[in-house]
Amino acid sequence: MQDALGGVQTVLVLGGGSEIALATLRRFVGNRTRTIVLAGREPEKLAPAAEELLALGATRVETVAFDAEATDTHVGLIDDVIERVGDLDLVLVAFGVLGDEAEAERDAAAASEIARVNYLGAVSVSVPLANRLREQGHGIIVVLSSVAGERARRSNFVYGSSKAGLDALFQGMGDSLVGSGVRVLIVRPGFVHTKMTAGLDPAPLATTPEAVADAIVRGVERGSEVIWVPPALRVVMSVLRHAPRAVFRKLPL
Amino acid sequence: MPEHEDGTYRLLTGWGRTAPTAARVVTPDEIEGIDALLDRAGRRGLVARGLGRSYGDAAQNAGGTVVDATTLASIRDFDLARGVIRVDAGVSLDALMRLLVPFGFFVVSPGTRFVTVGGAIAADIHGKGHHVDGSFANHVESFTLHAPKGTFVVGPEHDPDLFWGTAGGMGLTGVISEATLRLLPIQTSMLLVDNERVSDLDDLMQRMVEGDDRYHYSAAWVDCLASGASLGRGVLTRGDHAPVDALPDRARLDPLHFAPRALLAAPPWAPNGLLNRFSIRAFNELWYRKARLHQTGHLETIGTFFHPLDGVRGWNRLYGSRGFLQYQYVVPDEATETVRATFERLAREQCASFLAVLKRFGPGNPGPLSFPTSGWTLALDLPASVRGLAPVLDDLDRLVVEAGGRVYLAKDSRLPPELLPRMYPDLDGFRELRARVDPSGVLQSDLARRLEI
Repeated sequence: MQDALGGVQTVLVLGGGSEIALATLRRFVGNRTRTIVLAGREPEKLAPAAEELLALGATRVETVAFDAEATDTHVGLIDDVIERVGDLDLVLVAFGVLGDEAEAERDAAAASEIARVNYLGAVSVSVPLANRLREQGHGIIVVLSSVAGERARRSNFVYGSSKAGLDALFQGMGDSLVGSGVRVLIVRPGFVHTKMTAGLDPAPLATTPEAVADAIVRGVERGSEVIWVPPALRVVMSVLRHAPRAVFRKLPL
Repeated sequence: MPEHEDGTYRLLTGWGRTAPTAARVVTPDEIEGIDALLDRAGRRGLVARGLGRSYGDAAQNAGGTVVDATTLASIRDFDLARGVIRVDAGVSLDALMRLLVPFGFFVVSPGTRFVTVGGAIAADIHGKGHHVDGSFANHVESFTLHAPKGTFVVGPEHDPDLFWGTAGGMGLTGVISEATLRLLPIQTSMLLVDNERVSDLDDLMQRMVEGDDRYHYSAAWVDCLASGASLGRGVLTRGDHAPVDALPDRARLDPLHFAPRALLAAPPWAPNGLLNRFSIRAFNELWYRKARLHQTGHLETIGTFFHPLDGVRGWNRLYGSRGFLQYQYVVPDEATETVRATFERLAREQCASFLAVLKRFGPGNPGPLSFPTSGWTLALDLPASVRGLAPVLDDLDRLVVEAGGRVYLAKDSRLPPELLPRMYPDLDGFRELRARVDPSGVLQSDLARRLEI
C-alpha cells in the first residue's frame, strides 16, 4: 500500500533498463519499497540492477520480459505480475526509444518503430494497467513523458509526436481515473544525460536521471499531476507553446 | 467504476486525509444484513467503519467493501440500577454522553465524542483517565461479533481470546454489532481542574510521576518547538469529576446539565502549509503564556475538558489538501530519555506539531493489539507537507522499538511492516485468532495490507 508520506511498497517498472527508473527505485527502496518487478525487452540485462536494488534493501526483485511492440502480450503480462506480487502501489512507465530523427524522416519503418514503441505500446499496456489498478482501488501511475511532446520541433518531430500522444493519453486517463483511488503523475523532463542521449548535444536546462528521480519522489509525495524537470521548463515550455509558428520554426531548437 | 449490486463506490481516507483509496461503501439497515455482506464480500474483503476518526488507513479497504456502521445506532437496554447499557455499535460517544450524563453516568472518553462504540472497541481507545480507568475495553461486559465463521457473543470471561483480540484488533476479527458497557458514575457534568505551567521537561515529568495518582484525569500539552533550557515546556492539566458541592449555587439546580455545541466550522478549504512552524510557534507561545503559573480548582465542562477540538467542526481540513498525521507512541516508565530525545529531534528538525500531548498510562490489558501499556505516551499532530518528515518518523520508530515501546495503530499511516511484530510481540497470537474466526481472510483493510497483519 501507499502510505501517508508518499511511501510505496510494491513497484512495477515498464522499461526496467531506464536510468531514470533505476535512480527513482534507489530512492524508493530507501523509503518503503520492498518488492520490485523490472520489466524490459531483455530481462537478462536487468540482473545487475536487480542485484543492486536487493543490496540496497529491497526484499524481492523480479525481472520479466516486456516488449512494448508485442501488444498482444500486454494483458497477460500485467495479470501475471499482479498474480505474482499482488497489488501494485506504483507503476513507472519508463519505456521508450529516441530513435534517429534523420533516419526516421527518410525511412518509414524507422519512423513507425518510434511510434509503435512510444505511443502504441503505451496505449496497449495502459488498458490492462488502468483496469487492474481500478479494481484494486488504489495505485499511482508515473509516466515518463518529455517536453518534446509539448510542441513538436522540426528537429525531432517523430519522437516529439510520439511523446505528445503518450502525454495526452495519460492526461485523459488520469482524469478518467479521478475517484477510483488511482492517480497519474506525468513527468516532463527536458534533455536528460543518459545512455539514450549519449553523443547528442545537450539542450539548455539539461538535467540528470538523479534530478528527475528526486522530482518524481517529491511529485508522488505531493500528489502532483504534472511535473517538469527542471521546474523552470514549465515556464519555458509555456512560452514556446504559445510562440507563433513563424517564430517557433525559426528558433534554433 | 466497477459495477456493484449495492453500495456506492467512494474515495475514503482517515481523519488525517492522507492516502485516499476507493471502496464500495454499504450501509446495512439492520444488524442481520452484516452476515450477508460477509458472505458476499469477494476477494478484496470487508472492514467496518464508524465515524472515520482513525487518522490513517484503518477503516479503508481499497477495491473492497467498507461497511458504514453508523446507521446501526439504537439504544437497546439501559439498566440505571446497575449502571450498564446495551447499545448498537454504531452509536457515537456523543449520542451516548447526551443520553447518559443527565442520568449521572460517563464512559471512557478520548479527545473527541465523534467515535462509535464499535470503533472505540476496535481501537481500544483511551482517555486522560487511563491510569485510573484503563482503556475502553476494560469497561465492556460483552459484545456481539459477526465473523465469517459465525456470530459470537464474547466477554472477558466468555471466549476471552476473541474478546481481547477484538479489543484493539482494528476491525480485523469481525464486525461488532452491539456491546454492553459498564458506566462510570458521576455527580455532575463539570470537572474540577488544576492547571500548572511547567517550564521544562524534567519538571513536567517529575510532577506527573509524583502527582498523577491524586487525579482521575491527567495530560500535558507540550510546546515541541521550545528547545534548550525550555525543552519540553508545557501546561499540565489534571482534574476530577466535580462533586455537587463544588458547583456554584445556580449550577447545583441542574448539576448534570450537558448540551455541548460546535461553535465554529473550519472553512471547506485551507491552503497547504497554513499550519507551519511559524503559525504553530506563535500559537504555542500564546498558549503557554496564556496558562497561569498555577491555577487550582477551576470548573470546566466535559466538552472543554475532554473534547476541545469538537468545538470546531472539520478541523482536520485546516491542514490543507496534503492532510496530516498523528504519531502516538508509548514507551515504558523508565524510558524518559526516549521522550526527551523525541522533543530534541523535533526541535532540531523544526518539525512543528500543533498538538503534542504527553500522558502516563497505567497497566495495559491482555489485548494483543491493544495499544496502551504502562509508561509515557506522546501524541504528535504533524502536517504531511513537512519536508523530510518520513525519515524523522522512521528514526523515532527506532527509538521507540529500542525502548520497548509501540505506536498506536488507530493513529498510524506510515509504520513499516517489519517493526510491527517488535512493537506487538503477540502479533502471531492475533493472526492465529484471525485464522480461527476468518480462515479465508474476508476481513481486510488498507492498514492490514500495509502492515502485513
